[in-house]
Amino acid sequence: MISVFQQHWQELLVGFGNTLLCSVIALFFSLIIGSTFAIFEVLPSRFLHILGRVYIEVFRNIPLLVIGMFFYAVVPQYVVSINGFTAGTIGLTLYTSAFIAETVRAGIQAVDEGQMEGARANGLTFMQAMWQIVLPQAFRYVIPPLGNQFINMVKNSSVLAFVAGFDLMYQGDLIASTTFDTFNTYIAVGILYLIITLPLSYYMRYLEKKMG
Amino acid sequence: MKRLRNILVLVCLSLVMVTLSACTNKKSSQQNAWQRAESSKTITWGVKADTRLFGLMDIKSGQIQGFDIDMAKAITKKVLGKDGHAKFVQVTSKTRIPLLKNQNIDAIIATMTITPDREKIVDFSKIYFAAGQSLLVKRGSTIKNVRDLNKAGTTVLAVKGSTSAVNIKKYAPQAKVLELEDYAQAFTALKSGQGEALTTDNGILFGIASENPTYHVVGGTFTKEPYGIAFDKGQGEMRSKVNAALAEMRKDGTYQKLLQKWFGNVAGFDLKEASQQ
Repeated sequence: MISVFQQHWQELLVGFGNTLLCSVIALFFSLIIGSTFAIFEVLPSRFLHILGRVYIEVFRNIPLLVIGMFFYAVVPQYVVSINGFTAGTIGLTLYTSAFIAETVRAGIQAVDEGQMEGARANGLTFMQAMWQIVLPQAFRYVIPPLGNQFINMVKNSSVLAFVAGFDLMYQGDLIASTTFDTFNTYIAVGILYLIITLPLSYYMRYLEKKMG
Repeated sequence: MKRLRNILVLVCLSLVMVTLSACTNKKSSQQNAWQRAESSKTITWGVKADTRLFGLMDIKSGQIQGFDIDMAKAITKKVLGKDGHAKFVQVTSKTRIPLLKNQNIDAIIATMTITPDREKIVDFSKIYFAAGQSLLVKRGSTIKNVRDLNKAGTTVLAVKGSTSAVNIKKYAPQAKVLELEDYAQAFTALKSGQGEALTTDNGILFGIASENPTYHVVGGTFTKEPYGIAFDKGQGEMRSKVNAALAEMRKDGTYQKLLQKWFGNVAGFDLKEASQQ
């Protein structure tokens, strides 16, 4: 296993970097998109409510691999040419955002209705009340499930391996198939994933303690 | 106290890792594949199911069909007698060696090139098909041969774990190489413009081109890719039986008949070249 690191650290480093980059981009955008659709779901507007529902149900119920392949193979043929990394990251972002939307919606609905009513009675607009009063409380409730989503997202970034996105799993596949040392290569890849997910997991736990 | 517990968890984790990696050093008890085949009257072959002409899943019948499949069936009958049964397990370039090593399959007959690197890991039979690497491009493409690919900004598609992925980096070091899971995916990537050319052995490319007339094979072959049947190390008995069967098939014409059946109608394919020994 050590020898895999010694001989292939460059490839593994590239893979590690791409996995990390993809995860950070997907985390940022899926949090924004997910929260937006979560708010759509609790808005009084019927149109936005249905829009949010459709978005969430579509992306939550299609396998990530299918979404990724769609952006890799179909979108470049008819719309715009994008490479494997971009296609995989877009797929991962949309897929994860659907789960985050569900999580955040649950958080918003867990906040007592009186909070919103009180804020509105004090002259805040709906968006002000949502942004300043309800959402901060909602996020506190959902930190544990949100942490789960983030960790799942890092692991799901391995979908990039199937669309030639040069991530950790892709590099692992290549190393395994050139050295034939399947076992040690995937152990090494597993350890590198742990290096990303373990600190994330600990940080989410820390946040949970601090906010709770 | 908290910190101590965290450290303890980490120590346990690393212990698990070390134990796991120690497992590889111990060779799992290897069975004699030939004895097993003889008593069960079955040989389990690892074959491709995504490669037209060699091994392709026929969606209607659910059977894999192709030159490799027919070869495997004929060899099984030769070595085990009339009641010999060939069982097929789907493999890809990436999974075939691990599957052979953990004894899920007895032999690989899956468009596998004999290379010195692979010979360190597995044993090969005699050559049963002499292929060569070539290029598949869209009709009208400016790429005519492998030299046209060797410039920055071109992207070549290949399949993970294949020799063609390694070779193309040698013949066109300036081109970027994207490696996909299997030929179906690699061709999908070519169609969606993820690369300018798809590279692998000519037989496989002719198979793809025969179904997709807007694509064609260009540049002839620029490497020699002799296909062999692979066995795990230490299965010499099985290998010599199969070699004998191969020689017999070449002599009695079974081999030529199969080659003619699958490649006789492929335009531009050189049957003589493929049957070299």
